[in-house]
Amino acid sequence: MSEEIKANVTMDLKGLACPLPVVRVSQQVKKMKIGEILEAETTDPGAHADFPAWAKSTGNEIVKIDKGASSTKFYIKKLK
Amino acid sequence: MDTDKILKELQQDVAGLKESSQNKLSMVVFSGDMDKLLASFIIASGAAAMGMDVVMFFTFWGTPALRDKKKKAGGKDIFGKMFGVMLPKGPSKVKLSKMHMAGAGTAMMKYLMKKKNVSSLEDMIALAGELGVRIYICELSMGLMGFSHDEMIDYPGLEFVGVAKFLEEAGASRIQLFI
Repeated sequence: MSEEIKANVTMDLKGLACPLPVVRVSQQVKKMKIGEILEAETTDPGAHADFPAWAKSTGNEIVKIDKGASSTKFYIKKLK
Repeated sequence: MDTDKILKELQQDVAGLKESSQNKLSMVVFSGDMDKLLASFIIASGAAAMGMDVVMFFTFWGTPALRDKKKKAGGKDIFGKMFGVMLPKGPSKVKLSKMHMAGAGTAMMKYLMKKKNVSSLEDMIALAGELGVRIYICELSMGLMGFSHDEMIDYPGLEFVGVAKFLEEAGASRIQLFI
């Protein structure tokens, strides 16, 4: 059974460079409710290290990572 | 053994530790080089995104980088005028620490940053303001170089302080950086 993750909000962060992907995600997550999921699509190679580090530090969870050919979608669940 | 007493002592110790090490980053920005300023603001805005309280202290060569090129300040003595002319007037005028090459290197870096969608120093300062990063400017540097408060950039909550203010903030910070 494949788990279907439904995002409450989607963000297009393609083309943005460090530190903007993490900054924009943090600003968006602040506006969301606990338990909601944010889908953030980025082309920043640094995001693979940065998004998990951000989630760990802020107490949120990355529930799924979808790696595409040119971009990656991170599904972030707001826990705090 | 008096466990209640021990528990109370431990609770006090924990409270003291929490007080002395807040989730805060204090940075001294001493450098006026474009690359180091850019790195400072990237770290500051990243830390703010991580939920940290962020304080930046601008001193010495970092100070002129926060001048507003559109603002004019009169009433300066000869030394003030000299510093005013010789030091960069604001974030758009600062130079690379390496490979400046009489302006060609810095211009090339700015071109590349634009091409690769890396934010300019001006944009990073605006972003820091949006994220609630606090900026303090060293009053001593201001006086020494003859800068007036009126010629500095408009930044939310910008303050002019002395070393004690920095030490108070740094003492309660988990991370302190000198750039």
